[in-house]
Amino acid sequence: MRNTFVVARRELAGYFATPVAAVFIVIFLVLQGMLTFNAGAFFSRGQADLVPFFDFLPWVFLLLVPAITMRLWAEERRLGTIEVLLTLPLAETEAVIGKFLAAWAFCIIALALTFPFVITVNILGSPDNGVIAAGYLGGVLVSGAFLAVGSATSAMTKSQVIAFVLGVAMCFIFAVSGYPVVTDFLNRNLPVLSSIARGFSVIERFRAISQGFLSLSDIVFFASFIGFWLFLNVVVVDHRKAS
Amino acid sequence: MAALIEIVGLTKRFGSFTAVDNVSFSLDKGEVLGFLGPNGAGKTTTMRMLAGFVTPTSGTAAIAGHDVEAEPVAARRALGFLPEGAPTYPEMTVGGFLRFTARIRGYRGTALASRVAAALALTELEGVRLQPVETLSKGFKRRVGLAQALLHDPPVLVLDEPTDGLDPNQKHEVRTLIRRLAPEKAIVISTHILEEVEAVCTRAIIIAAGRVVADDTPAALAARDPSGRLEEVFRAITHPAPLAKVA
Repeated sequence: MRNTFVVARRELAGYFATPVAAVFIVIFLVLQGMLTFNAGAFFSRGQADLVPFFDFLPWVFLLLVPAITMRLWAEERRLGTIEVLLTLPLAETEAVIGKFLAAWAFCIIALALTFPFVITVNILGSPDNGVIAAGYLGGVLVSGAFLAVGSATSAMTKSQVIAFVLGVAMCFIFAVSGYPVVTDFLNRNLPVLSSIARGFSVIERFRAISQGFLSLSDIVFFASFIGFWLFLNVVVVDHRKAS
Repeated sequence: MAALIEIVGLTKRFGSFTAVDNVSFSLDKGEVLGFLGPNGAGKTTTMRMLAGFVTPTSGTAAIAGHDVEAEPVAARRALGFLPEGAPTYPEMTVGGFLRFTARIRGYRGTALASRVAAALALTELEGVRLQPVETLSKGFKRRVGLAQALLHDPPVLVLDEPTDGLDPNQKHEVRTLIRRLAPEKAIVISTHILEEVEAVCTRAIIIAAGRVVADDTPAALAARDPSGRLEEVFRAITHPAPLAKVA
């Protein structure tokens, strides 16, 4: 397990050694601010909460999280450094989890930098800070889920562009799977799958959490979702590392 | 004592293409094996299988008694590996990269610092310790890869073209280094430079189309041709000889 943190530390430092960190954080904050204040009508709603902020958060993550993960494995393979990494005395699982944890820590840093929203809403009124905290927890879980998907797609290819597009597409499937357009379609054609699709909807679960309904089943869902994609990641890395 | 490197019937197929075909050899402490062959002969694939990076289709490889498939972590602890092209993380500094590999190898605190310092000294990289790898020339990058392979003073070294891209002075230094390390280790180097084999290797294996076609001391190999030159022997063994086929 110690190796996991050595890998995570190197990876996280890598974000900050390149412009990736700065570009990502700035774009994330600008996008999230614009959507909350302008599109989300934060002020004219006249309510002291962060509902518009959390409404847009998963969609911003959907777009930006695969941009963080696309380099994780695709870059290693393109540069050939994967050959150095995986011939060091560490298990592939440690490398996969280490990289995932670094990306997750990075997302959490970006998310933490949205603290001015919390301050703003606390100055303007008296919001339920418990619900806001639940929203942030939900945000951390959604980013973890998307990161796990993105990390696995990154392991499938040498090209960062393909990794990004695949990542966004896969995350999109799990984002919209609870939307009426998908469930209605499934209800008409394959009713069995309809409730399963709803169950896999990352955004629907996130919405419940961000409204303050934190249930054990959601936590279990996110934990197993992340676990599954990381497992897939290990399998893909092991199978394709040298190809 | 068991051999430090033990390869038995190692075979790798990619689809219908056989890259490495039933290669077997073993190497003891004190031996320096020159691994020769034309491009695409299977040298790199064999070395990757030995390092546990490529899974063999059949056959086994063991380092210091540890099977690379069954006990990969134990085998890699005993191995210093320089992959083809000496890849390194471009944004990391030389010192940062070596500290990273040292941490993975379990070193901490002063042990870590002294290991990194020793590896930097051995490869004469102290001057560029704080430079990002991407700012270095090809020769320096190769030495960073070499430093990484030597850092933990492993009993087995597998070096894929360690002198590629180095200038004549640097080549000479690396050869001197290999000769100095040789008595305590089992070393495999792949190279296209035949004079290098004569300079540092105690044994040479020539591989062509995935098969071992010669395994002898460099001197005995060279003596196979009337000219006494290893280059002529290499050409005679590995060249497909199209004229002979026509006749």
